[in-house]
Parts: sequence; C-alpha cells; structure tokens
Amino acid sequence: MVLATQSEELVEFDVRTDEMLINMGPQHPSTHGVLRLLLRTDGEIIFGVESHLGYLHRCAEKIGENLSPVQWVPYTDRMDYLAGMNMNLGMALAVEKLIGMQVPEKAVVLRVLIAELNRIASHLVGMGAYGLDLGTFSPFLYAFREREIILDLFEEVCGARLTYSYITVGGVTHDLPANIPIPPGLAMLTGRDPKSTMSWIDACTLFLDWLEKRISEYHTLLTRNHIFIKRTAGMGVISPEKAASYGCTGPVLHGSGIDWDLRRDGDPIYTRMYEGFDFKVIVAPFGSDAPREAVLGDNWCRFYVRMLEVVEAIKLVRQAMAKYPTAQGEYRVPHKMNTKLPKDEVYLETECPRGAMGFYFVGNGDSKPMRARAKSSCFCNLSIAEELCEGVFLADVPAIVGSLDIVMGEIDR
Amino acid sequence: MTPQQIHELLLEKFQDKIESANLGSLEPHITVKAEAIADVCQFLKSDQRLQMNHLNNLCGVDHLDAKTGTGRIEVVYHMQSYPQRHRICIKVALPRTGDGPNGLPKCPSVTKVWDVANWHEREAFDLFGIHFEGHPKLVRILCDEGWEGHPLRKDYVFPTHYQGMRAN
Repeated sequence: MVLATQSEELVEFDVRTDEMLINMGPQHPSTHGVLRLLLRTDGEIIFGVESHLGYLHRCAEKIGENLSPVQWVPYTDRMDYLAGMNMNLGMALAVEKLIGMQVPEKAVVLRVLIAELNRIASHLVGMGAYGLDLGTFSPFLYAFREREIILDLFEEVCGARLTYSYITVGGVTHDLPANIPIPPGLAMLTGRDPKSTMSWIDACTLFLDWLEKRISEYHTLLTRNHIFIKRTAGMGVISPEKAASYGCTGPVLHGSGIDWDLRRDGDPIYTRMYEGFDFKVIVAPFGSDAPREAVLGDNWCRFYVRMLEVVEAIKLVRQAMAKYPTAQGEYRVPHKMNTKLPKDEVYLETECPRGAMGFYFVGNGDSKPMRARAKSSCFCNLSIAEELCEGVFLADVPAIVGSLDIVMGEIDR
Repeated sequence: MTPQQIHELLLEKFQDKIESANLGSLEPHITVKAEAIADVCQFLKSDQRLQMNHLNNLCGVDHLDAKTGTGRIEVVYHMQSYPQRHRICIKVALPRTGDGPNGLPKCPSVTKVWDVANWHEREAFDLFGIHFEGHPKLVRILCDEGWEGHPLRKDYVFPTHYQGMRAN
C-alpha cells in the first residue's frame, strides 16, 4: 500500500486550492471609502483584481452644468473631502482664468497659507490611515490629534471643519480672525491656559512649532519601523514609464522619480501664486535616507514623499504667514453669481495633496457652464492598482491600495 | 513646443485628417477626424519632438442645439509631455448617434497609447454614450450596470423610477 503523502498525484490533489473570488469592500476599512475590489485568488495569491467604483457617484459634473460656478464651490468640497480647500482652489482658479479675473495679493497669500495647511492635514490622515491599513493603530491616533488642531483653526477662519467652501471665485470668503480662543487640543499639548485667546497667526505658529518637533517621532513610529519597512519596501513598484502612462500624479508620480510639481511647472496662473516662496519638490529616490530594501516607486517611497511634503508645507505656511501682514489689497474682489462665462474653454490642474486635480470648463455665453468637468487624480492613481495587485499576497493588497492614498469621494464625484 | 508648432507638425504628418484648429483659445486645441485619432495620439506620444507621455484628461462634451435637436459630441484629450514640458488639447467631433451598438457614435480607443485612457473611456462611455472601438472592456464604471441612458447628455431625461422603485 502506498502512503498518501508519497503519491505525487495524491499530494497534488491534497494541496490543490480552488480559485476563489473574494469581495473586498465596499464596506472595508482599508479601502478608504466605498471601493469594492473583486479579488480572484489562488490560496493566498491574487491573480486578478477588478475594481468596482461608483458607490459614491453623485454626478457632480451634471450638477455643475446646472449651477453657476460660485454655486458649484460647495460641491467641490465634497470631492476630496480631506482636502476641501485644495479642491476649492483648483476650481476657483479655473473660473478666474476663464473670465480673466485678477485676484489681490492678500487673497493669494491667504490661499497659499490655507491650501498648504490643508495639505498637512490631508497627509496626516494619509499617514495615519496607512498605518491603520498595515495593522498599527497608534500613528492614526497621533495623526488625528494633530489634524484636529488644524480643523479647529479652519473652523475659526470659515466656520466649517470639513466642507469649507472658503476659497471661492475672486478670493476667499473671510479674512483671518484677529483674536481666537486657543484650540483646546493645542492648549492641552502646549500647556497653555485653555481660556486664553490669541491671534490666528500666533495660534498657527504655536501649532507649527509644536508639530515640527513631532515629525521625527512619526519617522521612528512608522518610517523606520522594521515591520513597516518589511510590509512596504520593494512592494507595489511603479516604474516611471508606468506612472506616466497610467496618469499617476502627486506623491505617486514623485515616488516613481518623475520630477513634476504643478506648483512649479503648472499653469502660469497657478505658479504665479507660489512666486517668491521657497520650497523643494520632493522626488524619489532618497539615497541614504531610504532603507536598504526600498526601490524606486515602491510603497515606501510614496509614503516617504508624503512625509517630506508635510515638512515643505510647514515651510510654505510659515512663509505665507510672514507675508500676510504686508500683503496688499482686499481678501476678495466682488464677483456676481450670474457673471456670464465667455464662449471659450479652460482646463486647469492644481497640485492637490493626492495629485493633479483638473477642472475643465466650457462656457457658451451663459452664466452656467456648458460643461463642468472635474478630473480626479485618485481616479487615475487607482486605475494602476489592478495591475499592481496581481501576483501579490492577499494581505499586501491593503498595503498597495493604501499607499496610493485614495479618497472615494473624489473618484466617484 | 508651442501649440502652433505642434499644429504644423500634425498638418505635415496627417494632412487632411486634421480638420481645424483654434489656437487663440485659452485652451489651444486641434480638431482631428475620428478615424485618425488613435494614429494621431500614437504619433504624439512616440515622436521624439513631442513625447506626449501623459494623458491629463479625456472626457466628452455634448454640443446639443436645443432648438433643432441636432449637434455633435466632442471627445476631448488633454495631454502633456514631461520631458518636453509642453501640452496640447486634441478634439474629435462625433455625431450624436452613430452605427455603434445601441446607435451610439463610434470613436477609436487610445487605450493602447496610454493605460489611463482605459478608465477614462469607460467613464465617457458611461456618461456620454460614446462607443470606443478597440477598448478591452467597455462597461459602465460610475453608474450601475443596469443603468439606462447616459446622464451627461444634454437631452437625458431624469428617471422617475429605478428598477421599479420611485426615485424622486
């Protein structure tokens, strides 16, 4: 009699696994919203991924065609809801380019200040949520503790914590408040009297001073963490050619080593805002900063780009705050809601935390655009996930999808 | 390269396939005949002087004349080159109905040129009803599979019911 383990046929039969379809999502914590990934698995290995989107589709573009651009601003907030200010900015700039509007210097400085502060908040969520995807909970709590203060500051500026509609056509809706109660989180962290008041600029400076010192701690907690490196380095590699072909932008593109930042290389109306500001574009590879296992375009590089962009954003916010007191002009020029849009078209991209968000307006002489298009950066960034996830372990899918840092509100619009 | 130079280069290569150009617009664009769009895009990407390796945006625009009920659907391609640092907009004008499946207008797919066109074309198919020929898997992406009609068309009638349920 032959023992089962000795017969090759039987062994083969014994360990053979059937193809199994696994639904990851639409309600899954690591899909960053309502994304459904249909995974075709053989045991632990993925050999096919199909993404199903649209669970959050509101046809924002159709709504945009039935409203004047100023009325559409609140809808852009709800696209990338973690970076509402940056969404507002892209849309406002596109409309201003179309109607040939000039914005005063003060509004420009405020826009840079607020947009970069929102970039910090957004990347903090990106960092925290990525840790969460990989199974560590504490970075998430730290990230949200810090983000909370930024949201408090935003609330003092415009009254909203998530959907700001602050940057609008013609400038911004409010000037910075002179005197605010110190954000409770900031008072606790810096040991100040929670009942004290200070100017908005002072509160923001206090926060940035405090945050800057914490960044090395995040690096200890995540970036240099051995388990984190094991999960991310050398995984989900996107070559520069693939990144360009798949239309990847933002940290995904920078992580693949393509040096293209719209704040420096974009449309003149956008790059003019950043004239006189000193900042570095963060691009992989990172040389001796990177762990041995990291390769160009992997998960780790994308994550590290975000971490360094926070440092750059802090620098930009500080410069904007220094410019603010002497900035000329009003914070907003009047703009009528029913201003006619000329018979022309404009496509403008801005560098949002998650990549290049593009707004395309076609006017036909009416106050409502004939076509209002929002090109989502996450939409393009996510489209590469199907290819990246092929041949990896099931447990690495959240690591890859998380490293793209997607927001479904922006993808589905 | 300036849009003028790109236009001259395309005229030289494709002659009568280039229909018109509006280079004075805020968004300088060149209109190309539908049957040539895949070749034009391939040329724009692979030519050493152009190297358009990044497709920023691909979308439809419905130019419906409400009075006559006629018009055209445009497919708009925004592209740029990282090495050459220039950008251009290419357009294709299609009839609103055509000989594709369900009477949809047909347009050659550019998925072979840029991978990102895959999802963008699915979106344009979903919302505008443009049939992209040669697309590997042309199915709806944002709307549900069983959705009827193409919502971003100007003559789209808002449904009152969805699968037997009242929708408004």
